[in-house]
Amino acid sequence: MNASGFLSQLLQLGIALLLAPLLVGWVNQCRAWLQNKSAPPLLLPYRTIRKLFLKDAVVAATASPMFRIAPYVVFAAMALAAAIVPSLATDLPFGRAADAIALVGLFALARVFLALAAMDLGTAFGTMGARREMFVGFLAEPALLMVLFTASLISGSTLLPTIVDTLAQRDLAIYPSLAFAGVAFTMVSLAENARIPVDNPATHLELTMIHEAMVLEYSARHLALIEWAAALKLFNYSCIGLALFLPFGIARGSADAAAILGATPVLIAKLALGGLALALIETLSAKMRIFRAPEFLGTAFLLGVLGMLVNLLLGS
Amino acid sequence: MARPRNLFYVGRVLFSAGALVGLLLAAVALVGMNQVPHTAVLPLGLPDLPFHLRLDALSAFFLLLLGAAAAGISIFSAGYFRASDGAAPGLLCLQYHTFLAAMAFVLIADDAFVFMIAWETMALASFFLVTTDHRLPEIRRAGFLYLLIAHIGALSILLCFGVLQGGNGDYTFGSMRSASLRGAWPSIAFLLALAGFGAKAGLLPLHVWLPEAHPAAPSPVSALMSGVMLKTAIYGLLRVTFDLLQGQLWWWGAIALVLGLVTALFGVLFATVQTDMKRLLAYSSIENIGIIVAGIGLAILFKTYGKTLLAAIALTAALYHSLNHAFFKSLLFLATGSVLHATKERSLGKLGGLIHRMPWVAWLALIGTLAIAGLPPLNGFVSEWLLLQAFLFTPSLPQSFINMLVPLAAAALVLAVALAAYVMVKFYGVVFLGRPREPNLAYARDAGRLERVALVWLAAGCVLLGLFPVQVIALLDAVNVLLIGATVYRPEAGWWLLAPIAADRASYSPAIVLVVTVVVLLLTIQVVHRLYHGRLRRGPAWDCGFPSQTSRMQDTAEGFGQPIRQIFEQFFRIERVLPTPFDAEPRYYVKAEDHFWYWLYLPIARAVDWAARRVGAIQQGRISIYLMYSFLTLLALLYFVG
Repeated sequence: MNASGFLSQLLQLGIALLLAPLLVGWVNQCRAWLQNKSAPPLLLPYRTIRKLFLKDAVVAATASPMFRIAPYVVFAAMALAAAIVPSLATDLPFGRAADAIALVGLFALARVFLALAAMDLGTAFGTMGARREMFVGFLAEPALLMVLFTASLISGSTLLPTIVDTLAQRDLAIYPSLAFAGVAFTMVSLAENARIPVDNPATHLELTMIHEAMVLEYSARHLALIEWAAALKLFNYSCIGLALFLPFGIARGSADAAAILGATPVLIAKLALGGLALALIETLSAKMRIFRAPEFLGTAFLLGVLGMLVNLLLGS
Repeated sequence: MARPRNLFYVGRVLFSAGALVGLLLAAVALVGMNQVPHTAVLPLGLPDLPFHLRLDALSAFFLLLLGAAAAGISIFSAGYFRASDGAAPGLLCLQYHTFLAAMAFVLIADDAFVFMIAWETMALASFFLVTTDHRLPEIRRAGFLYLLIAHIGALSILLCFGVLQGGNGDYTFGSMRSASLRGAWPSIAFLLALAGFGAKAGLLPLHVWLPEAHPAAPSPVSALMSGVMLKTAIYGLLRVTFDLLQGQLWWWGAIALVLGLVTALFGVLFATVQTDMKRLLAYSSIENIGIIVAGIGLAILFKTYGKTLLAAIALTAALYHSLNHAFFKSLLFLATGSVLHATKERSLGKLGGLIHRMPWVAWLALIGTLAIAGLPPLNGFVSEWLLLQAFLFTPSLPQSFINMLVPLAAAALVLAVALAAYVMVKFYGVVFLGRPREPNLAYARDAGRLERVALVWLAAGCVLLGLFPVQVIALLDAVNVLLIGATVYRPEAGWWLLAPIAADRASYSPAIVLVVTVVVLLLTIQVVHRLYHGRLRRGPAWDCGFPSQTSRMQDTAEGFGQPIRQIFEQFFRIERVLPTPFDAEPRYYVKAEDHFWYWLYLPIARAVDWAARRVGAIQQGRISIYLMYSFLTLLALLYFVG
């Protein structure tokens, strides 16, 4: 690991941390436009995070240290994931420390900590949220792994930088297996990021919420970190999707700071399109009952498995 | 006779001595891993049949597992057993150490006689330990079931050795290695071994004793049985399949793979709906054994097709998972023991909030929970990572059927692993987090000093095995060389980077993951506190503004498992009593049972019962009838002789 690689790694991580709330703001804005509402300002998520940092934290009297440590763990896991996902460049020194399977493990770590923190207070909604989150997760996680496995089989590597490097090299032919994987990945991303049709990020309607039920008790800096981590998660998933299915424009080979900054506008453009697509999906679909979620995610899982089988059958 | 109180102190000294012996065993095994096999012949046993012992890499690895895990469990036992716990402490101590010694002898046995003697001693000693509280009828029942299945398994193993000796009458393992079995005999030997050792390990459908025996036994015994004894069965399976049998067939691997994965999925599904914490852990053991056997199956599959590197990776994953399971499952069983002593309660529905009252146990159990859920950077993740790598880099095997099987198997494996996380969140959240569900939990006391030492030892094992996989694999390679003839350890990748195949194909570095996570975490805390502030107020929980929250509004264990029970309904036999709106005393009751009882065991029991009654018909109780039987027998014999 050389110094310049390390610096470009840090640069990419910094860009991810900065851009993530913007993506959330953009998706919210697009959704408001599509639904004929007046849109909130694009930079609102930043202001919300700052406002939350300034507030005094209120922690329930029955909380254990688990409750207070969890937001930091979740944030750290998501930040590390942002360092591993090749969003701007494929030359990532950290990328070797954790491959695609470890990335899924990191997401699971964040999920488990958030669920445990939600159960910590012993409130009815907290435990309900934890149960539902784990319920969605136990199908979403295998489905995500199947998608990543399909891509790994194509490139013969589970290292995300290598996968993306391989996929970026190809001429624009469509891999049949990746088509299945792409659909599966979209479904998983919706579920994992608490989006309609599985969850609704804009609701606090008690009986339908999943993610929001878990973080109900958080306030101030803890909530800010969780919101930021959720934004990072959306950013990470978007970047995984873009890197796997639309890898053009990414800085390949040994990238210096200039190459990374050069790749940034392309990424922003792609994220803008992706965010628009997400807002469109959210506008066009209705929230499902919680017990329809297994069908939805089971479909994603089977599509992922199908992608792997197609890959083995056709060799592409 | 000494008074029980003295015996208690003797127990404390003896258990500590046992822990030291465990450490010594582990040290010996560590040295023995990379040396040429040592053999010894003890002049014990029947005339002309001395005991043959041998320590090779495979034995040494499992001895290391035994010693390291048993050291922790023995220290815990030294602080755990009280005079009021059922059997007399002296007797308990004797049974416990007999059990340990028998397991050690199983691992170093070099002929079938020693193996079977040690195996049976192990089964009997553990039977007496399981039935420590033999005054309770359900514990006697659990003990009987355990004994029965242990003997079905032992019978199968005995037959397996009978096949393996190949007709030359020499039951040493050395001669079995050189015996050339023809035709279907190797396959028969393998299937007998799979059934026999599977019964001990808890493979489907012989798993039914596990969820009965583990809750019945005292917690250190559960830890020993689940953490170590199940691994002796894995050892036996490996010994027979890879060492005593020369050459394997591909379909053995396919059978083991499918059986292992079905067991894993079955175990974890049942773990989600359990309401007794030790039963939950017992089902989780079934799941982990399934994963290990799936790894062994994959190793057989790859080996028969000459992919030795992948076979070695799969085998490494299986061995690594065995070691991991010994640590985290022992840790969790011991933690349940502390909880049980502090609260007198095993039912998840009556626990909760213990992190406030028992911080040591709770935080150490958290490490075990995260490890068993397969989360980086702890040890459970490493073995699952290795196994998934082995699945993923299945290059085109010659049979397309197998090629199709492998991704499906990988899918089943990740499903089991993801469900394990669900189970562990349920276990930890319900026991340690939330608010106490019963008022008496407010008086729970944390574990004693010796118990803490034991828990710290096992938790440290989970962390270190997770952080230094390269070093562990370097150690495991001796077994790979012995059984597969390939190595996984790649020194050129560096001490911190696990890259078993090639550096550009897959790599994982738990140390870096941990360091970066911790650095980011500390930086975030510092930045947030410096840049803004760290002010904190305490208040009541908000919970959407609902007033009068009680601790009974939290999810119970049933509630947490309910979604899984609902979507996998057909896998359970569900008995449910729902109250009607007009009940004066509404009661809700749900029980999820195993179909195997009704599909397999009860019919067999009925058939045995029926046959016994038919045989009973010849028992007339009149002496003339019996004389006639003797006469007829004599006639028949005369006919055959003449």
